[in-house]
Amino acid sequence: MIEVRNLTKHYGDKKAVNDISFTIEDGEILGFLGPNGAGKSTTMNMLTGYISSTSGTVLINGIDILDDPIKAKSNIGYLPEIPPLYIDMTVKAYLNFIFDLKKCKLPRKEHLSNICELCKVTDVKDRIIKHLSKGYKQRVGLAQALIGNPPVLVLDEPTVGLDPKQIIEIRNLIKKLGRTHTVILSSHILSEIQAVCDRVIIINKGEIAADDTADSLSKKISADHRLIVRIEGKKDEVLYELRKIPGIKYVRADMEREPGVYEYEMEAEEDKDLRREVNKIVQEHGWPILLMKSSELTLEDVFLKITMGEGVESHLNKLKGTDGGKKQ
Amino acid sequence: MSAIFRRELGAFFTSGIAYVFLAVFYLLAGVFFNMYTLSTSTADMSGMFSMLFAVIIFLIPILTMKSFSEEKKQKTEQGLLTAPVGLGGIVLGKYFATIIMYICGVSIVLIYALILSYFGSVDWGILFSNYLALILLGAAFIAIGMFISSLTENQVVAAVGSICSLLFLCLIDILTNYISIDFITDILNSLSFYTKYYEFTCGIFNLSSVLFYISTAVIFNFLTVRVFEKRRWS
Repeated sequence: MIEVRNLTKHYGDKKAVNDISFTIEDGEILGFLGPNGAGKSTTMNMLTGYISSTSGTVLINGIDILDDPIKAKSNIGYLPEIPPLYIDMTVKAYLNFIFDLKKCKLPRKEHLSNICELCKVTDVKDRIIKHLSKGYKQRVGLAQALIGNPPVLVLDEPTVGLDPKQIIEIRNLIKKLGRTHTVILSSHILSEIQAVCDRVIIINKGEIAADDTADSLSKKISADHRLIVRIEGKKDEVLYELRKIPGIKYVRADMEREPGVYEYEMEAEEDKDLRREVNKIVQEHGWPILLMKSSELTLEDVFLKITMGEGVESHLNKLKGTDGGKKQ
Repeated sequence: MSAIFRRELGAFFTSGIAYVFLAVFYLLAGVFFNMYTLSTSTADMSGMFSMLFAVIIFLIPILTMKSFSEEKKQKTEQGLLTAPVGLGGIVLGKYFATIIMYICGVSIVLIYALILSYFGSVDWGILFSNYLALILLGAAFIAIGMFISSLTENQVVAAVGSICSLLFLCLIDILTNYISIDFITDILNSLSFYTKYYEFTCGIFNLSSVLFYISTAVIFNFLTVRVFEKRRWS
């Protein structure tokens, strides 16, 4: 378990991280999301004891990282943004060194070969790290973090430089590790966070902009009162009928997608489920529906809007267009 | 600490620095051995030892220049500093690896002495006192070089900085000739690395000199630890 309380880091006048607090339970995978320079790496460096915080505390399984750094650090496996590889060594020699460095008590040969298998570096283990491709270096970096089976894993952009197949492999690996470890990973790739993480913290300009599960973040913002429908039928007639739905705000016909098929975008007042109304109309007129989807915002949209300088609350309120605006 | 020690010692060889250091040291030691001992047909090696003082000023920075600067540049220090080891362990592991490397170099003088003993009688007492002085001097210089290496991430800056600092420490003796204020010359004399070393080459074993070298090494290792501590806190 990781507890972060009021963590702040100043570099001179610049506030890199400003008063952030969160808790990560055992077996949780937390995604750290933010644009470049948002303070992701700084936060991770503070969590792992690489740099100290200006104020605030970090507890790793109840141990303060500043009070008892050695004990706290032995609970963490860290993959920094740039993997800390000694490029003149072979993969095997390097992993052995890390094994010794972490004073690991596990059976050496078995443990290392398990990790090599897990990270798929077994076939390069006799090669010098300098000569490996970026993807392999990244995986050696991951292997290094896993040595000693630390209960907490901190991974800073773990899939950078990997090809799509490897990315999926690493994601699955992280998911698997998440069952037995506490994992924090950072990324600026949203689909990655969505695919792997239970929970997302969006961090922007050193502050937490949102902290929620990935699903509920996008669900909160999606809505059944905004729909995109493709209906086969005469455009004017369909528009006329749709506009008769009580509580509807607007209906727009988009371009002709297939011969005789138009796409309509519509929005009704909140907590009005448009889907049934639309279905009723098309059934009455015998117009086939070819597609219906709620025009939910992707995490991408959420992320962009949040990091454009708006808080998530005001953003949500604006989307829903309700009285929530008063709270601001 | 032992993991860092072993890796560091290995790194001297994989990076080739060990070979450069050993080759240059053996070459120069051999040249001076020939010049001062063999060609003059004496069994006195003190001439060679006083020349080695100058040699190590230039060679020790080669050993120490990359110890921390390289780590910083390659971001490997992030791995070390987030591993469950103390800062002291990191610094000392590297320090002792460098000392061992250095001793591999200077121990060539023992082989010269063996060769010499075949032809004449070698004063082993003076020889070991010289050998010890060379090691102690090296221990102090290595600590200084590693401290300077911890301040920069550029190896060249570290090397040039170390050479200049070590040269300055040796020029202290020359400075004393130009200063007539007694208490300043006293201070400078007591800081002189060369005077103490020279005493050893004459066969004088002075415990206070031994302590001087050792305490220099301790102080600079301590300062190196502080450099990391400070970076963590700022």
